[in-house]
Amino acid sequence: MSTLDFNAELARAGAHVHGRWGAVRFFMLRYPLGAIGGVIMAVFVLAAIFAPVITVYDPLSTNAALSLAKPSAAHWLGCDFMGRDVYSRIVYGARISLAVSMGSMLLGSGIGVTLGLLSGYLLGWFDLVTQRLLEMMQSLPLLVMAIIMAAALGPSLHNTILAIAIPLVPYVARVIRANTLSLREQPFIEAAKAIGMSERRIALRHVLPNTLAPLIVLATAQLGSTILTESSLSFLGLGVPEPHPSWGRMLSESAAEYVRTAPWLVIFPGMAISFVVFGTNLLGDALRDLLDPRQRS
Amino acid sequence: MGAYLVRRFGLMLMTLFGISVLIFVLLRLTPGNIADILFDAGGYVDPADKAKIEHDLGLDKSIPAQYADWIGGLLHGDLGYSYQTEKPALEEILPRIPITAKLAAIALTFAVIIGVPLGVISAVRQNTPLDYFLRVVSLSGLSMPAFWLGLLILMGFVSYFGTIPIYSEQPKGFWDALVMYSVPAAAVGFRSSALMMRLTRSSMLEVLRQDYIRTARSKGAPEIAINYYHALKNALLPVITVIGIEAAFLLGGLIVTETVFNIPGVARFLVEAIRWRDYPMVQNLVMFIAVVVVTINFAIDMLYAAVDPRIRYGS
Repeated sequence: MSTLDFNAELARAGAHVHGRWGAVRFFMLRYPLGAIGGVIMAVFVLAAIFAPVITVYDPLSTNAALSLAKPSAAHWLGCDFMGRDVYSRIVYGARISLAVSMGSMLLGSGIGVTLGLLSGYLLGWFDLVTQRLLEMMQSLPLLVMAIIMAAALGPSLHNTILAIAIPLVPYVARVIRANTLSLREQPFIEAAKAIGMSERRIALRHVLPNTLAPLIVLATAQLGSTILTESSLSFLGLGVPEPHPSWGRMLSESAAEYVRTAPWLVIFPGMAISFVVFGTNLLGDALRDLLDPRQRS
Repeated sequence: MGAYLVRRFGLMLMTLFGISVLIFVLLRLTPGNIADILFDAGGYVDPADKAKIEHDLGLDKSIPAQYADWIGGLLHGDLGYSYQTEKPALEEILPRIPITAKLAAIALTFAVIIGVPLGVISAVRQNTPLDYFLRVVSLSGLSMPAFWLGLLILMGFVSYFGTIPIYSEQPKGFWDALVMYSVPAAAVGFRSSALMMRLTRSSMLEVLRQDYIRTARSKGAPEIAINYYHALKNALLPVITVIGIEAAFLLGGLIVTETVFNIPGVARFLVEAIRWRDYPMVQNLVMFIAVVVVTINFAIDMLYAAVDPRIRYGS
């Protein structure tokens, strides 16, 4: 097996790592920026999970008296046009935005891995057809593809996830295919064949685990782009429908006209998007350096 | 080279054909057509009226027949009519192309002028505070949604100048036009410049470790010549690919940016056409985007051979 032996890698790097927490400590010391990214991600995920605990107001309850109220002690980040508390909406919006982006990342990666593995392993006509199909999908910018998918499927939470996941498939599938192609030439695969292992077992037990490292790197990088795609779709009114609070739609509701009158409606949701994507990017870079030594900068 | 060109061109046509089928089928999955939308607004639906509209628009034909009508027209330069404005689709699309093209060109220029030199500096000064600063800036560029950056720029204009740089049909001269396009182009180009910078940096770092750079250094070549003449030349190949991909993918960023700045370009028009379920418009616009992307990819492949003498196709 030629999987990365993390303990050996760590020992070679001079780290005296003992146990799981030792590994976390090593990661934080070796990749401080990545650790910051991880902390940012964790904060958002925890905020999403404990949204009812850390907010006072219902994100959906309207109050005409508070329409466009400025940030104050009672409403930290102000209120929107319908008098809804912006802070609560951002915290609850984290649920929607993270669920949609992680859901579509997982779905897109899942389909991509399956296609990439089959394509690289079976080759022949299956590979030919799949590759042409993926090429076609990649000929359109991700957002254009997502917009068309979203429009074709109609607005709903599930359809938004699907609309973002499908355009991701070619990017994942091609990396996994390339990886599979190089793996199948390795001696340990030949050895597995020689001892009479079935093709399916080889694919699942030997090839798949070895594609894990590039997959983790790719998936983390894609997570940032799915969050941005979700926010763009919602901003254009083609993403997550009402009443779910979504960061992108908070900006479309408030867009250009509130730039003059209520800047807090523009600043805070955008900051939430940027921070969480920044976090995934920092973490993604560090994971790439850790797991994919060939790309190490 | 000739055989490769022909093969590559054939593949390009096949891809475009595939996209046309894909788009056409996808759009037919959409619940409801333009007739439904028109009657939604009216409230009352007279089935006879609806059937008449569907017949006029060719929506009552089978999907393969509709596809054949569309492609047949496309090959004759007839893009059909917009359901929404009842004008020929070509008349609607053509005047919008230069607007988006200018925006994309300025954004790309911005991205290359800023991204490539900063990437070189970042690589040459690897692991210095300057390098860390530039990396964080570029990463934040990749993290900000283009429409939010656009909104922030608008906000800045409001608080400093009291006005918003609004798109107008008749700019007062070249400089006026340049400013008008540059602001939204900067909003969308910032992300691309961040991407160029990251790529130039990693590409430069790889090249700087190679033997011929050490040779250049040992024979006493000045540091500037090594970085900008010896190294950059070879580091640029992957950067060219990304410039090409970005040129095509800028369209994604332009969709939201044109919406924020209210610019009547092709990209925003696509979103409007989708909202109206204006099939002929959406199909034609997406096909147009696909043709642009596929052509750019083709051009980049050809450019490779020109830039890198090691690459010769078909030999």
